[in-house]
Amino acid sequence: MADWEPISVIADKVQKGELKAVDLVKRSFDMIGRTKDFDAIISVPEARAIERAKEIDAQIAKGQKVDRLAGVPFVAKDNFLTFSGKTTAASHMLENFEAPYQATAINRLEVEGAICVAKSNLDAWAHGSSTENSDFFVTKNPFDKTRVPGGSSGGSAAAVALKIAPFALGTDTGGSIRLPAAFCGIVGYKPTYGLVSRSGVVAMASSTDVIGPLAASVAEASIILDVMAGRDELDSTTIERDTEGYDVQTSKFKLQNAKIGVIDEYLTEDLEPGVEKQVDAVIQKLKQAGTKIEPISLPSLPLALAVYYIICPAEVSSNLARYDGQRYGLFAKDAKNLEESYMLSRELGFGAEAKRRIMIGSHVLSSGYFEAYYQKAQTVRTKIINEFTSAFKKFDFLIGPTSPTTAFKIGAKTKDPLKMYLSDIMTVAANISGNPAINLPAGFSNNLPVGLQIIAPMHADRQLLAFAKSVEELLA
Amino acid sequence: MTNSQYVPTIGIETHVQLKTKTKLFSAVGNDARQAPPNTLISHIDVGLPGALPVLNQAAIELCARAALALNTDPQKFSWFERKHYFYPDLPKGYQITQYQAPIIKGGFLEIEAGGRTKKIKIERANLEEDAGKNIHPAGADYTLIDLNRAGTPLLEIVSRPEINSAAEAKAYVRELWLLMKYADVTDGDLYHGHMRFDINVSVARAGDKLGTRSEIKNLNSFRSVEAAVAYEIKRQIELLEKGQKVIQETRGWDEAKQKSVAQRGKEEAEDYRYMPEPDIPPLELTDKFIEDVKAELPKLPPQLRRQLDKLGIDKKVTEDILDRQSIVKPILDVLAAGSPADARRVAFWLIHAQPAETEKVGIVEPEIDSARLISLSKMVDGGELSSTAAKAVFDELLSSPEDPMTIAKRLNLLQVTDTAAIEKIVEEVITENPKVAEDIKQGEMKAIGFLVGQVMTKSQGQANPKVAQELIKKQLDLVE
Repeated sequence: MADWEPISVIADKVQKGELKAVDLVKRSFDMIGRTKDFDAIISVPEARAIERAKEIDAQIAKGQKVDRLAGVPFVAKDNFLTFSGKTTAASHMLENFEAPYQATAINRLEVEGAICVAKSNLDAWAHGSSTENSDFFVTKNPFDKTRVPGGSSGGSAAAVALKIAPFALGTDTGGSIRLPAAFCGIVGYKPTYGLVSRSGVVAMASSTDVIGPLAASVAEASIILDVMAGRDELDSTTIERDTEGYDVQTSKFKLQNAKIGVIDEYLTEDLEPGVEKQVDAVIQKLKQAGTKIEPISLPSLPLALAVYYIICPAEVSSNLARYDGQRYGLFAKDAKNLEESYMLSRELGFGAEAKRRIMIGSHVLSSGYFEAYYQKAQTVRTKIINEFTSAFKKFDFLIGPTSPTTAFKIGAKTKDPLKMYLSDIMTVAANISGNPAINLPAGFSNNLPVGLQIIAPMHADRQLLAFAKSVEELLA
Repeated sequence: MTNSQYVPTIGIETHVQLKTKTKLFSAVGNDARQAPPNTLISHIDVGLPGALPVLNQAAIELCARAALALNTDPQKFSWFERKHYFYPDLPKGYQITQYQAPIIKGGFLEIEAGGRTKKIKIERANLEEDAGKNIHPAGADYTLIDLNRAGTPLLEIVSRPEINSAAEAKAYVRELWLLMKYADVTDGDLYHGHMRFDINVSVARAGDKLGTRSEIKNLNSFRSVEAAVAYEIKRQIELLEKGQKVIQETRGWDEAKQKSVAQRGKEEAEDYRYMPEPDIPPLELTDKFIEDVKAELPKLPPQLRRQLDKLGIDKKVTEDILDRQSIVKPILDVLAAGSPADARRVAFWLIHAQPAETEKVGIVEPEIDSARLISLSKMVDGGELSSTAAKAVFDELLSSPEDPMTIAKRLNLLQVTDTAAIEKIVEEVITENPKVAEDIKQGEMKAIGFLVGQVMTKSQGQANPKVAQELIKKQLDLVE
């Protein structure tokens, strides 16, 4: 199937009347039909998408200017609240939930002319690394149907790789944008914590959740980030935009000026040889391009996963407390009293992984354990942040693999949650610290995509995107 | 009430509803007193997926005022936490509150009880959101939920356990109410639960360590606090005297029977799994912010008491005035522009015209204009109005924009000081009451009041009673 033209070209052609928004939306629907086997999509808000496309076409016919994303179709992970249709978080709990308001990120994209054509599959509540935890179905890897697309934004990554739309939205709490982007061979961007509003996105772990784009190229991801980024009065943790914005389509980052640290702790013996080979190849090319590259050790990094699996379940157990069946969501009708209503609604509404995290989280927050777990984890979290800060005094960017392996077989890790949790070993640190990070496609191993991860200092999103674009060009 | 062998120890937690326009975390109206159920709610108050709390800065200013009223500065650094429990009126499954780092630490207030002044220290005060309400329709097998109140800002003020009697407990809650009202922190509408009190009471033999405490929650009047504390002290002493133990428990207050009743049995300590609230950044207050709030702090009861002392009135009357916030300023205005006597007179008029705010249910305060009160008071001094007539003019004044003279004329209340006119009436009265006149002549001076009364009746209240008395004496040859 043909590639989509770059987002800026599509929008330009729509504005000029050379392309119709309605046709673009229909092309997406057509692709959704053709790629059904991959189960990337949960629902399609068809009527609203067509209606919005017609409005845009009509505006343009009247000579009005539509913004930078005129008529550009996109896929939203199904934990973004959107008008029309359901927002399920891939859970039985929200299987019939219709959102009465929209996520700020969606609103900002719509204002500039983008059209949501589909809601994509995910691990229920974004709990997972493979989309196998979806309460509905497992999404398949576009490169190999017997393998997972990564997770939790697996549906979004697969949708971009399957060319359902030029870009998709994901959420990244422990690697949920970067890992599926790596497994599906696309660009996945995790911004600095707070750069994109979380308002209207089903919360997983509030202190590490970020929202970001998945796209075919860095330049396209940068436009989407530019549209979404900045303060939102509905999210108190949002931060101000870089005054220059984030669109790096025309920026030229000189690779010979960059000082790069290669993270020792990510080049472990558990690294798949094919992944190691591709990452090495990138390092060699960067050296040839004149980049200064040195190894760097961040000794507390291996603790990031342990920290994550205390803080994340703690926040998950809290954020999922509202799903009690009393106001919306799954309600157990057979319950005889209030307590039974709570128990049954949550028993039926939550899958095994959500329950596991609720239990872990409730345990680490309970009195007598809080200090031993949650508080200690926060202490180590501070240590990790400090190590990043001092590393970035010496280096502009840190690099390493996004994942120790390429996409694994469906079912390979489902029986061993710990093994599944280890999939995020190289991505969680940036969530714990809040730093921006990107997955960049870096070739293949056994016909499966390999991902390169680049991590940047806090708030250096613009620089990271500009650098990543130059690396992308170098690898092309 | 107390057996002197025993020392009661009482701590009081007070939930004060802040008078912000909107809720603590959403841009929805905060005054649910008149609103139909579930009309003051947003996606944040309902706890929809993806909804994030946005802190109302106005609430922070009110907390800062509360701190200053309690003789301390607000904390420069505080943060919010989540307190988890499941209940249908708690939409998110947790309450956003402050636990480890509240916005107020320390402070005190002074009470007067049993004729002495006592300082009661404040442990802490934390800002938090209220829950909604569960409504159980009579006979129904379901419960209705009204979330209008969910998210209303509350300041929970916790006293140190330094209160030792029912009278002190009552004085504490009243003084706290006065401070929060005058600092403009709350509307203080007790009928609508703007202040709710939880009392912790224990007794111990003098010299022993603290006894086991019981708690009575959700008291909403000063009287019930006083009665509940007195009842608990008595109940606990009786238990101990019988050689029984006080159980640590939450008890309910039965207002009708005036007794506390065991509410929930001994239960497991609830684990609220407190967690720092990740959706709200920690709260930092600048010195400038605190100074600005200080500069705009209204006059508070301790200061007002000192000013009202100049009226030369009983302490009890001063407190009656303070119980009616809207009359304080007019009285002090009259004091500033007139004499203490004017202010005193106006104070009595106003006290009687206004029910105490603790007693009222949503009464609209009349605008009271002190200039007109002063001229009314001067008319009494000048003999143009009797005090009865002045009261009638005053009552009219509250609902009319006219000046007192116009009202007095319109109501035909101006006193007749014209001696000739009064002389005629006096003559008539003496003629009609020869027996009384004779008694007076014989030295029964008390009877003169009866004749003055007659003159007042005949003159339809317009005669100046002083003049009338002088004329009666004159006609009966009692003065030269």
